[in-house]
Amino acid sequence: MRDAHPRRPLGRHGATLLAATTALAALTGCGAADMTRQSSPYAAAQGAKTVTLSVQSWVGAQANTAVASYLLEHELGYRVDTVQVDEVPAWDALSQGRVDAILEDWGHPEQEERYVRGKKTITPGGELGVTGHIGWFVPTWFAEEHPDVTDWKNLDKYADLLRTPESRGKGQLMDGSPSYVTNDKALVKNLGLDLEVVFAGSEAAQITQIKQFAKEHKPFLTYWYEPQWLFQRVPMTEVKLPEYTEGCADDPQKVACAYPHTPLRKYLNTRFAESGGKAAGFLKKFHWTKEQQNEVSLMIAEEKLSPQQAAKKWVERNENVWKPWLT
Amino acid sequence: MTATRTHTPPGTRPAGPARGRQSVDRPAGPRTAHTAAAQDRPRRPLAALAARRAFLVPMGVAVALLIPLAVVFPGAGSWPAALTADLSGPLGRAGDWIIDHRDSHPLFLYFFGHISNAVVVSVRAVYVLLLAAGWTGVTALAALVAWRLAGIRLALTCAAAFVACGLLGMWVPTMQTLALMAVAVAASVVLGALLGLAAGLSPRADRVLRPVLDTMQILPAFAYLLPMVLVFGIGVPAAVLATVVYAAPPMARLTALGLRGADAGVMEAAASLGATGRQRLLTARLPLARRQLLLGVNQAIMTGLSMAVIASVIGAGGLGDRVYQALASVDVGAALAAGIPIVLLAVVLDRTADAAGRRIGATPVPAREQHLLRRVFCGWYGRLLTFLVAVAAAVAGRVAGSSLWPGSWTVPLADPVNSAVAWMTGHLYSGVPVVGGTADWAARFTGWILDPLRSGLQAAPWWLLLLLACALGLLAGTWRTALTAVLALGAIGALGVWEASLDTLSQVLAAVAVTLVLGFAIAVGAARSARAERLLRPVLDVCQTLPQFVYLIPVVALFGVGRAPAAAAAVVYALPAVVRITTQGLREVDPAVVESVRSLGASRSQLLRQVQLPLARPALLLAVNQAVVLVLAVVIIGGLVGGGALGYDVVLGLAQGDLATGLVAGAAIVCLGLLLDRVTQPAKED
Repeated sequence: MRDAHPRRPLGRHGATLLAATTALAALTGCGAADMTRQSSPYAAAQGAKTVTLSVQSWVGAQANTAVASYLLEHELGYRVDTVQVDEVPAWDALSQGRVDAILEDWGHPEQEERYVRGKKTITPGGELGVTGHIGWFVPTWFAEEHPDVTDWKNLDKYADLLRTPESRGKGQLMDGSPSYVTNDKALVKNLGLDLEVVFAGSEAAQITQIKQFAKEHKPFLTYWYEPQWLFQRVPMTEVKLPEYTEGCADDPQKVACAYPHTPLRKYLNTRFAESGGKAAGFLKKFHWTKEQQNEVSLMIAEEKLSPQQAAKKWVERNENVWKPWLT
Repeated sequence: MTATRTHTPPGTRPAGPARGRQSVDRPAGPRTAHTAAAQDRPRRPLAALAARRAFLVPMGVAVALLIPLAVVFPGAGSWPAALTADLSGPLGRAGDWIIDHRDSHPLFLYFFGHISNAVVVSVRAVYVLLLAAGWTGVTALAALVAWRLAGIRLALTCAAAFVACGLLGMWVPTMQTLALMAVAVAASVVLGALLGLAAGLSPRADRVLRPVLDTMQILPAFAYLLPMVLVFGIGVPAAVLATVVYAAPPMARLTALGLRGADAGVMEAAASLGATGRQRLLTARLPLARRQLLLGVNQAIMTGLSMAVIASVIGAGGLGDRVYQALASVDVGAALAAGIPIVLLAVVLDRTADAAGRRIGATPVPAREQHLLRRVFCGWYGRLLTFLVAVAAAVAGRVAGSSLWPGSWTVPLADPVNSAVAWMTGHLYSGVPVVGGTADWAARFTGWILDPLRSGLQAAPWWLLLLLACALGLLAGTWRTALTAVLALGAIGALGVWEASLDTLSQVLAAVAVTLVLGFAIAVGAARSARAERLLRPVLDVCQTLPQFVYLIPVVALFGVGRAPAAAAAVVYALPAVVRITTQGLREVDPAVVESVRSLGASRSQLLRQVQLPLARPALLLAVNQAVVLVLAVVIIGGLVGGGALGYDVVLGLAQGDLATGLVAGAAIVCLGLLLDRVTQPAKED
């Protein structure tokens, strides 16, 4: 029956197809299509109230989103979609309305200037309650054996111990994902340290390597940040860098000071903030501490609970914390 | 000669498992003898002289051109700064313009906006349909279609695959990925077929399209994502369109190949019967090219599937997103649970498309000799019946109240996998007696192979490397090959990423060497025993289709952060193609020759070294070429585990929305790819 397949209709099919395409183009081509009002094809049926949250790749951000989604779903009756994207694309998506909120932002002055003050498509949503800090860390056991390692001036003494095959004969300073804020290359150069910055390329790779070093009891020096659940598994101590002063990190080439302590902030899409009803109000009030966030993070990362299960456990135990967010 | 050139289809991105690859190589058959003859030619003195002149004259030109430049810019290692073009300014401005205007400019409102909406509407339609069919309907339909095309075994595999997706608790993500794939593959098949039609019918269009397709072929998938995200924002539309751009080239190439390869006799006969040009195309050329068209569809599916995972980085949802989220919490088990459905989908789709392709060539079995059930499902009413049975299954599923996979029917896979991985990485990392742990191997590989290679390449004067590229190009092909190679390398320098590119090049070379050593060793074993080959096949399928995100963590846990795990990931990905091509090449050595040599008392190793390997030379060369192209394709993945260099730059570009860094590094990877592809291309251009 395959060989006997009639050939002529193929031509007619082509014509029909062409006509259909033209008709479709004519139909859709009339009006303007606003990409900022588009919803995901996987979204729930119409009528359901849906909120889309952005999740960044680190577990702390997953914890925020998990708890917020759990409460939105179970207490306020919303449906929540999450989208995992890097930080800068997430700002973009927030501006376009593809996501409604970012719950943990570590400070992006350039994007803030462009979207919050310039295009006004993004509205600040207040502080998350957690203060973030980036720094250089060594394992605590190593800092206890050699107390002077926690001052950057003495790092060169230990360069030999920190050497790896990748560090070109110097000590290794391990950096993480390319999406994170880092001045480490400039810092190493400007402080004149005998170190080589090795980029792990992703947080997953960095965590895996840190765990492996810890298991081997091998000293290491790494770019890391607080709050982070890994501190509970691999205790680490910060190395003191020259003190942070206002404006000392403004020129990325000349940086020679520590990273600041940043209060983490929430941002909402402007349209959502104005007409998002209870969900927007809830997300503006969402506010918790570093310990509370870490509790959820640990359940996700170490006990391997799914974010939903972890959020459920935490919500059941901490009613007095989240009740005020709903009012 | 054009037909023979296309034989190493750089266009057929070898994402697909088993058959896809093998059938792509099939057109190579007749050429094999030809290349062998070409290799023999230089033995004759006259030809040798001609060959030497063809080598020396262009070399002379190259030396004459480069020496003045070398004198002016004697920079010992790096590329002279005066010969670079800084693109970061214009690219950065282009990016800013798009961001500032995409909510208001008519180009976005009236053109991109509609494309984006159309994608969302179609994906939504397919997704709703799949959900409505429920797991019973989808499984039944897939099994029945597979059965009609290939028989009961594939039908059972198909059903088992879908049931496994459900058991792993991945039903909904699998359907999301299927919906996205269906739309993306349909679009890329249409687009690819149109481009292929143009290239197949008009030599001029072919000349214009070929370099474009070459570039699209080598441009790493990550580099596509960035412009798409800028224009369309994160989400499904950008993911679908990136997949289309990525999956259309193989379809276009194979369509063109099929059309150009039409039997001249048949075409002549059609013309003499007075058929018009259009009739000839529709009734003779296209039907004759059906096999290649189907193969193109197959390749589009495979490349599309691999892209569906990568696109999770820009919010495509589905299975890829599950893999990516699992990666964030360093959970190999969860990543594997989402990765397995991808492997299963790939294997099932590939086998089905392959069976459909074989059916076209085969003569139909007379109806009377077929099994009764098969006879029932034959013909147009068979199609209708298939559809009705599937609908019935869907309805039955709905009535039974389980259109979504029942939540209690899932098998937790994550925990056992995680403990297995933890055991493996805990025990193999270091302190293994005699051979040393994997960390020691990685250190030795880095210190003894990667470092000398990198410092050697980076220390070599830039003009010497250009001359080397020229010489290699001339040895592999003609002055055209050499010109492409030199220009590609020059472009890398001009883009201002000379150092990083040489770093990447050193990693690629080392990984290719390891791949070839391992691949040839495995292939020699597999060619000897059919049983070993059968056992190997599923392993190779998995290696080729498992999303690389899944094995990032184990690879780092074994080899530490750096270039060694990057090389390991590349080897895992490129090995299957090398093993397959080599095994097939060794198998195809004329059995009569083997038999006669054996009867002369040759030992096994003599047979291998003196007969089989020389005779399989074309296949071995093709294997080298594929290894190079494939290893380069996963350079980006290397960037995620500490490989640094160009791969890291592309990832950085995407993560920071930095068009300049990302695109320039992507372009440099393309140039490296062109260079390596050309100097390893086994075909000689005439």
